[in-house]
Amino acid sequence: MEDFDDDEFDGPIKKFMYVNRKAPYGTVYALEGLEVVLITAAFDQDVSMVFVDDGVFQIKKDQETTAINMKNFSPTYRALEGYEVEKVYADKESLESRGLSADDLVIPVEILSSDEISELMDEQDVIVTF
Amino acid sequence: MALLHTVNKSPFERNVLSDCLRLAKDGSAVLLIEDGVYAALDGTSASDEIISRNGSIKFFALGPDIEARGLSEKPLIDGLTLVDYEGFVDLVEEYSSVQSWL
Repeated sequence: MEDFDDDEFDGPIKKFMYVNRKAPYGTVYALEGLEVVLITAAFDQDVSMVFVDDGVFQIKKDQETTAINMKNFSPTYRALEGYEVEKVYADKESLESRGLSADDLVIPVEILSSDEISELMDEQDVIVTF
Repeated sequence: MALLHTVNKSPFERNVLSDCLRLAKDGSAVLLIEDGVYAALDGTSASDEIISRNGSIKFFALGPDIEARGLSEKPLIDGLTLVDYEGFVDLVEEYSSVQSWL
């Protein structure tokens, strides 16, 4: 019987892209999407994460949710690096139209043009949008 | 008789704020709550919607929702007033009725 080695995954590695399009708190999409990314990060796939449209608000710094009685999950995005999710992008156009810049964000991201994001999407095997 | 309108959707994702402002009369008030507070930001592609009615309509935003979304340090539209939950209740009392735009 073959030994199962937990650390080695020798199945096919696919390119997964998670596209985050919703603001946090108003709906549950942002939190659920983040949980899916953290769970699937355990499967040694080629994962990238993109923040577009209102999704860029998910990584706005200074979130303070005490008064609305909800969990502030924005610090959790800092854990992505520890899960080896290192390809994290944000859409320049989405940031600019919302008055945001790299300085406003809780994690370092690579800011890409819409064209560059389109190219990245084309290269993926699986795209999951929240 | 003046209405208090509440808007809880992001102006970047939905047209709810525009729909509200199309029918809101001068002298009424608009309170931005939940994801609606993103419309309170100055210098965005949506800011003009409120700026163009500023003065004829009173605009408010719910402070706890601004804080939750990390917007406390960002510039908000001039003339817009932040209220807390008690202020929300005061507004409900002050206006004749509440129109909740969902």
